[in-house]
Amino acid sequence: MSDLINMNGIEKRFPGVHALKDMRFELRAGEVHALMGENGAGKSTLMKILSGVYTRDSGSITLSGKPVEFSGPKEAQDAGVGIIHQELSLMNDLTAAQNIFIGREPRGRFGLLDEGKLNQQAADIFAKMQLVLDPTTPVRELSIAKQQMVEIAKALSYESRVLVMDEPTAALNDKEIGELFKIIEQLRADGVGVIYISHKMDEIKRISDRVTVLRDGEYVGTRESKETTIQEIIAMMVGRDLELEELHVPDVSQAAVALEVAGLNRGRAVRDVSFHVKKGEILGFAGLMGAGRTEVARVIFGADRLESGEIRVNGAPIDIRSPSDAAKAGIGYLSEDRKHFGLFLGMDVRSNIAMAAIDQFTGFGGVLDEAGMAAAAESYIKQIGIRTPSDRQEAQYLSGGNQQKIVIAKWLLRDCDVLIFDEPTRGVDVGAKSEIYKILNELAAKGKAIIVISSELPEILRVSHRIAVMCEGHLTGILGPQSTQEEIMQLATKTMQSPEPKSSGAAA
Amino acid sequence: MTTLNEHADQGAAAKVLGYLKREQHRFWAFSGLIVLLIGFSLASPNFFQTTNIISILQAASVNGVLAIAATLVIITGGIDLSVGTLMTFCAVIAGVLLTNLGLPIYIGIPGALIAGMLSGALSGFFIAKLKIPPFIATLGMMLVFKGLSLAISGARPIYFNDTPGFSEISTGSLIGMIFPSVPVPNGVLILFLVAIGASFILTRTVLGRFIFALGSNEEALRLSGINIDRWKMVVYALAGAICAVAGILLASRINSAQPAIGQGYELDAIAAVVIGGTSLTGGRGTMLGTIIGALIISVVANGLRILSVPQEWQIVVTGTIIILAVYADILRRQRA
Repeated sequence: MSDLINMNGIEKRFPGVHALKDMRFELRAGEVHALMGENGAGKSTLMKILSGVYTRDSGSITLSGKPVEFSGPKEAQDAGVGIIHQELSLMNDLTAAQNIFIGREPRGRFGLLDEGKLNQQAADIFAKMQLVLDPTTPVRELSIAKQQMVEIAKALSYESRVLVMDEPTAALNDKEIGELFKIIEQLRADGVGVIYISHKMDEIKRISDRVTVLRDGEYVGTRESKETTIQEIIAMMVGRDLELEELHVPDVSQAAVALEVAGLNRGRAVRDVSFHVKKGEILGFAGLMGAGRTEVARVIFGADRLESGEIRVNGAPIDIRSPSDAAKAGIGYLSEDRKHFGLFLGMDVRSNIAMAAIDQFTGFGGVLDEAGMAAAAESYIKQIGIRTPSDRQEAQYLSGGNQQKIVIAKWLLRDCDVLIFDEPTRGVDVGAKSEIYKILNELAAKGKAIIVISSELPEILRVSHRIAVMCEGHLTGILGPQSTQEEIMQLATKTMQSPEPKSSGAAA
Repeated sequence: MTTLNEHADQGAAAKVLGYLKREQHRFWAFSGLIVLLIGFSLASPNFFQTTNIISILQAASVNGVLAIAATLVIITGGIDLSVGTLMTFCAVIAGVLLTNLGLPIYIGIPGALIAGMLSGALSGFFIAKLKIPPFIATLGMMLVFKGLSLAISGARPIYFNDTPGFSEISTGSLIGMIFPSVPVPNGVLILFLVAIGASFILTRTVLGRFIFALGSNEEALRLSGINIDRWKMVVYALAGAICAVAGILLASRINSAQPAIGQGYELDAIAAVVIGGTSLTGGRGTMLGTIIGALIISVVANGLRILSVPQEWQIVVTGTIIILAVYADILRRQRA
């Protein structure tokens, strides 16, 4: 089979960084080729070179055997190389069809826009994708999954033969992932070559034909997905074998209850939720996307208002109306969306770490004790291994894993008794993941009560001492540490008695 | 990692270069000011004279103080369109207290400052608690203050003839008493004192850290357990008090509170902030930049007047400088 894309000897340097060294990559028509590597391995740089965003320093790229030289994303797109970025780039107030044909709208008489034709052309693409979607729906009203479909439709409208997908499932639930995979299968059958970037190992095994692994800007190897193991891929990514730590469940039967909630309610997202966490315990929260786990955390933290229910910290009932009430009571929350809700990207590591505990460093007249803040920041940089040139480095220049550690340090400095981690390893590479698990265990060992919300079942099973499972706003059960993925999924899909009539998939 | 080794090799020189690179936005505006000073000095022998430099500084003082207030708000990611009319409102309050009620100066001036602070806090309340966008809230307050100034004063100027020493606040010269050769007026002295104070607040206090954090990521600050509503009100209240300082300076210089002026000053203030390199999207900015911005506006107006360029063309030049300054900032960001 001839290669659709062949990249060879690609070199790329940025000031001070040798980003790609003698990189190669090939893609066949009708193949899903996974591209893997830790953050900073060079995946994005390689894809940006392929799609014309960056120019390479040397090396060759051929498309269907012909050498190509893209001087910009538009040229690449016209040549049939489409890219779907992790952050969707749709205009929310325009309809699906208007988004797909933006800048290429079919014209009618007098050069006026022909909306009918526009919608028809979009509907044709949707039909080809076997996607049920009204082209006149404003993008704002679509789920993230459907928005992703619109992006794919947009790429297909350019007759793309190569489609790059950058972490397409990051914000999707299992059902939506299923829909996406059906469309990828369809594309594969039509002879489109798909380059699939993801951190989720199970997806790679499920959808891809081949896997190419990069590390530190270098090509490590390519494997047939069927013939390799997840262990092998991880070893290729990190350059060593990660030891799988055994889950050690401490005996907390004598420990005091740190956080207890009873009958929490907020709209449809949180319905009559009750549970407790003891000191030194890690309680995992499993469930499908939209099950209400994040909402429970936000209610406990006061980020959203509670409608009814009781929250007790160390036995005392507390009234939480805002995050500052929760923080005072000793509850810390690390949001799933670091960039938007956790970090001050333009501020330095020191200020980020000190932000939640700034009272400790505030002297007379509100004057800040910079030396004290620097010492605290330095100690956490060492303690939890934040890789940064100094504590004055701006947070935006650090990798996802190190940014996550900054947010962790922020709450450690505040010295909370209860820490809620919402998707602590999202967008974090494999190496940093196991470091974060280690931090969670150490915190529990120090007597903190920890809640970990995660959509990845292997992660839940790896860190949790007990596992709470949610479905449609209800807490459907709490499982012990040795549970199976099947047991969790059963509870995660167990609908409680619901007064509403069962609606079909359209509402999802 | 090759980058780490390279860093280690370069050492001190790299640190200096890195500092210059990080802080170059300050030098942009500063070099612009120097270029203007040299250009006007060459163009006219009357420009670089002590009296003229002092009059440039004097002219920059009111706008400079207002721009300091605007800088605090703009770094939080907000905007304050009411600084000009609030300044006038505070001047009128001072007039009412000192002239109409005949109160002593040590009550009149704190009274005006408190009026400014409370007015700013009210804007802050609308923005923080009622969630009205800053542009709208302060647009409304701009008109409220304008109307109140006219209503309270009966739309007539209030003179400070009965308050001896009031005009000394701005036009007297403490420095001149010590160094007779440089009679820098108190108004300029006050501008620099306010600037130093505001700069201290911005860089050394918890309020300053929260001002940057609000502009950088407001929601993250809320989720760090900080009561952001209260701090926002504090920022607007502080800005209001600084507007009152500007009001007193202006009233003192013209020895009267003129209720009809004030509108339009907010745009000059915002112009100074922007020329000084503070980002209108929040999170970044310096007081030094703002002062340089105010000086640039003042130098241009003064220099062009000396060269007998008509006033209408001075306005065109100022507008052009704003666009150039922001474009330079954009170029810098693209390269970074």
